[in-house]
Amino acid sequence: MSGLGFLATRFDAALGWARKFSLFHYPFITACCGMEYMSTACAHFDIDRFGAGLTRFSPRQADLLLVVGTVSHKLAPVMKTVYDQMLEPRWVIAFGVCAVSGGIYQNYAAVQGIDRIIPVDIYIPGCPPRPEMVLDGLMKLQDKIQSQPQDWRWKKKT
Amino acid sequence: MEKEDLIGDIRSRFPAVEGYAETLGDQTLVVRREGLVALMTGLRGAPYDYAVLLDLTCVDFLASEGRLEMVYHVFSLSRNRRLRVKVSLPGDDPVVDSLTGLWKNADWLEREVFDMFGVGFTGHPDLRRILMYEGFEGYPLRKSYPWRREQPLLPMKD
Repeated sequence: MSGLGFLATRFDAALGWARKFSLFHYPFITACCGMEYMSTACAHFDIDRFGAGLTRFSPRQADLLLVVGTVSHKLAPVMKTVYDQMLEPRWVIAFGVCAVSGGIYQNYAAVQGIDRIIPVDIYIPGCPPRPEMVLDGLMKLQDKIQSQPQDWRWKKKT
Repeated sequence: MEKEDLIGDIRSRFPAVEGYAETLGDQTLVVRREGLVALMTGLRGAPYDYAVLLDLTCVDFLASEGRLEMVYHVFSLSRNRRLRVKVSLPGDDPVVDSLTGLWKNADWLEREVFDMFGVGFTGHPDLRRILMYEGFEGYPLRKSYPWRREQPLLPMKD
């Protein structure tokens, strides 16, 4: 192993560590799962313990898109626009069974899972999911961020 | 004017009214579609004074077998009295005159009925879909619409 390669790996790990504990999230909340999101975000469960406490209400400042609740076909272009505005690196959590698969809304109006529109990193099912499940999903996302190869400005693109 | 007198009076003045029913204190008039606008114009002004169009919707009694039914709810502020007006439409020609000339709120309500049931409104200023997106095929609240039908995702528009 060359010295340069060793350094790059270490830098990746450090960058992953920094990124997983500074998730600025954008809450895209459309339905009742928002209550569980609020519960998770506030003092009792407190996602700030995981470094994800800083909510940004502009997608341009956010790393993590939380799609919380049912997305209808009429709303889908809005969600896509929000996602497109986010800067790399970015992650998406589908929060609640409606965002995961359409849930009970198997009808003409609801998108049957947001992964038909945008890529999703973590799926949190439940109707709605309990805050513990959300925190579990968040920690799984952190593991994913830590273990994935990091993209950074001076990285040699393959 | 008492309840019975009122209905008798309306029926004598508008021969297009072909039926009357009272259920749980709610009065319902059934009118032929040619006479709808004339009846509503009469009901809106003195002496009946049903000045408010509360709601306007449609019921599909199996349009494939030839029955759609428009339902209008009007309300009189001065008399604190409600009236329901129904118009039966043939399933192969679901067209009725628009009430936008009488009530402005009929505009969006009629657009919703057009969107969900495919009823045409002659004289409507801007008859296009209101809840579903452009390019959606069919009328989702018709009984003939398959409940699990999924429509293809359309590309984003600028």
